[in-house]
Amino acid sequence: MAEPGKPLGLRLKSALSDSLLTAIIAFALFSLVLGLRTEDGVTGLTLHPRPQLLAIAVGVVFAGRLLLNLFVWQAQYPLTTPFAKLFTREPFDERDKTVLGATAALGVVVFIVSAVFDAPAFELIAAAVLIFVGFGVLRRAIVHFFPDLPYAHIFIVGGILFAIFFPLTSYALEKAFHLGLPLRYWFDLSILVLTYVMLGWGLNIVVGLAGLLDLGYVAFYAVGAYTFALLATHFGLGFWICLPIAGVAAALWGVILGFPVLRLRGDYLAIVTLAFGEIIRIVLLNWTEVTNGPNGISGIPKPTFFGLPFSPFADGTTFSSFFGLKYDALHGIIFLYYVILALAFLTNLVTLRMRRLPIGRAWEAMREDEIACRSLGINTTITKLTAFATGALFGGLAGCFFATRQGFVSPESFSFIESAIILSIVVLGGMGSQLGVAIAAVVMVGGFEALRHTEGLQSIFGAGFDPALYRMLLFGIAMVGIMVWRPRGLIASRSPTIALNEAKTVSADLVRQGRG
Amino acid sequence: MAYFLQQLVNGLALGSIYGLIAIGYTMVYGIVGMINFAHGDIFMVGAFIALIAFLALMAVGVTMIPLALLIVLILAMVLTAVWGWTVERIAYRPLRDSFRLAPLITAIGMSIVLQNFIQVAQGARVKPLQPVVTGGYELFSEGDFAVIVSNIQILIVVTTLVLMTVFWLIINRTALGRAQRACEQDRLMASLSGVNVDRTISITFVIGAALAAVAGLLYLLYYGVIDFFIGFIVGIKAFTAAVFGGIGSIPGAMLGGLVIGLIETFWSAYFTIEYKDVAAFSMLAIVLIFFPTGLLGRPETEKV
Repeated sequence: MAEPGKPLGLRLKSALSDSLLTAIIAFALFSLVLGLRTEDGVTGLTLHPRPQLLAIAVGVVFAGRLLLNLFVWQAQYPLTTPFAKLFTREPFDERDKTVLGATAALGVVVFIVSAVFDAPAFELIAAAVLIFVGFGVLRRAIVHFFPDLPYAHIFIVGGILFAIFFPLTSYALEKAFHLGLPLRYWFDLSILVLTYVMLGWGLNIVVGLAGLLDLGYVAFYAVGAYTFALLATHFGLGFWICLPIAGVAAALWGVILGFPVLRLRGDYLAIVTLAFGEIIRIVLLNWTEVTNGPNGISGIPKPTFFGLPFSPFADGTTFSSFFGLKYDALHGIIFLYYVILALAFLTNLVTLRMRRLPIGRAWEAMREDEIACRSLGINTTITKLTAFATGALFGGLAGCFFATRQGFVSPESFSFIESAIILSIVVLGGMGSQLGVAIAAVVMVGGFEALRHTEGLQSIFGAGFDPALYRMLLFGIAMVGIMVWRPRGLIASRSPTIALNEAKTVSADLVRQGRG
Repeated sequence: MAYFLQQLVNGLALGSIYGLIAIGYTMVYGIVGMINFAHGDIFMVGAFIALIAFLALMAVGVTMIPLALLIVLILAMVLTAVWGWTVERIAYRPLRDSFRLAPLITAIGMSIVLQNFIQVAQGARVKPLQPVVTGGYELFSEGDFAVIVSNIQILIVVTTLVLMTVFWLIINRTALGRAQRACEQDRLMASLSGVNVDRTISITFVIGAALAAVAGLLYLLYYGVIDFFIGFIVGIKAFTAAVFGGIGSIPGAMLGGLVIGLIETFWSAYFTIEYKDVAAFSMLAIVLIFFPTGLLGRPETEKV
């Protein structure tokens, strides 16, 4: 890559040769796996060449790399600067304003023209660009006029208030004005996001605070879910009785797993936790007499509201008959929302409180340096086991909730990919940061789910485009992209709960080295 | 006895495949200290490249099997190596000096990307291939049970042995191997002594991917069926093998591969096939309790 500031001809030449090289590599990558497709034929597999697709893929790589080379990487004035500046507090210069203005104007023109000529794909792109720029400008304007507001606190308090009031408000609005909002979908999605927030916060205790890499967290989630499912279907126990039992069962498994791995460190620990997660899944899959194997367990009851079930049938008192309301399936879902919200807040509260207890301090100390920790007299065995058990406890509670929400559990829901998603939420959020984990859960799970419903993408890629097929692909690309873009996570400002801000120099006769 | 011997032969063949993949894990771990989670999927991509290359050769009329297999082998090694290089360049190099978990997350992300890319590009259905290497030798028979060593098993073990020897010579006799061992011990010092660290790490990924491609081809020939998801479970087993043998140790990876392959085969043969993975993973946990750094791993000394 050439240094910025070289003459134009040289820059053009190096940009071209670099892009050409990338295109050659792309051709090598894609030639067989994308250029030829295997199809089932009469006598076995047959090959179908797809030269156009291959050409398009290589062409996109070449053009993309060339544009990036010319306008960003090797340019004296990278075109991305003004857009990046939208999210900082750096002042704009004339050039930034021109670029932003031109982008906005171009967006408006494209939007109007494509609306007139009925080209929804371009309309969508233009709208996305306009929203992006508009949001950035709005953010800059707010920061410009109120530079000293405590934005972080406003954001947290606002988020909590939103989480508390969102279902009731939207439900009341819907009932009052019959807006036709897709409430059911909204609530289901937010319940899903909150489940991942809770799981993220639970795993954060193990990974973020105690620094133990756990790749099999989903095992505890599974233990919690199956504990409740089995107790409910065999003994007829309800959700509220089983919730603590599921938590304790998962915590016990956490201790059982913790014991053999106490001596292991780092990546050895990671592989054993991963193996443990797989073992639990395989056992659930094959122990048919108890777990019903791959078919799973169905008919898991929903939680009751202080003993009042949410059901349309009036045998006994139900929630709706007790309060004299007309039965609505949404009542039960809103209640589920508040259950998981309360569980998530509980996880957060316990974590925040634990960090101030000696055990929480010990976790963080162990994360920073295990040997130093041990030489200071901290029992690392107890410390590790409590971290595992506490993390597992919340995993189990979340699992119990998952079972009641789905009404059905099967081993399929507890594959390694779940552990990977939870871990990536923790790491992408910025390890140890509670807010970061919440934001990462919203971004990853919400974004992932949103891809399921983008009819707009179909208008770009044609009717044969099935977004669900590309969902995981885009999810993986996003994981890599976010991590490379922000290696320390979205909220990277985490510091140890307690730290000495400066080394205190004490007199030499107290400490031989002169510093203590 | 005959049954036992047959299982031993089967276990050795399977273990060789695990061993070839495990080397990729262990080398990368030794030099950059990260779990290359995408390595199992590189193996899967290698198997797909081998399959497509083989079909393409058949279609253009190269029907002499040994020649076709040789071309497929070279093509798969080269193209898969490019995949390995690209993954390192995109997902790991930018995070070289970042904190420990960052490259692990991009590795998991890359694993998801590779799996789903192949699923989108080649379809989700399993890809069967008729047996290419057939026949075998009957060692001896006991009653009506004959111990058979099939040609493909011989091919697997011989290929693995040859590659291991070549690889062993590269690590111990060439400048590249010296550079690699230097980077493994101290990357900063190596770079001060004039070793191109970035290039050495890239080459490590390239070699690992090439070996995984060979494993992919052998797997394809041995089982005759692949799909986009094989990388996950085989990758985990191979990583288990690497840890088993002591991660960072190359003979350890081969030994671990053989042990995992044998455990799995014998468990399937004498107990239940459903729990073969449980057996392998439990064995791993038990071994790690007594040898916390694997069978041949160096004990880590850590200074405060």
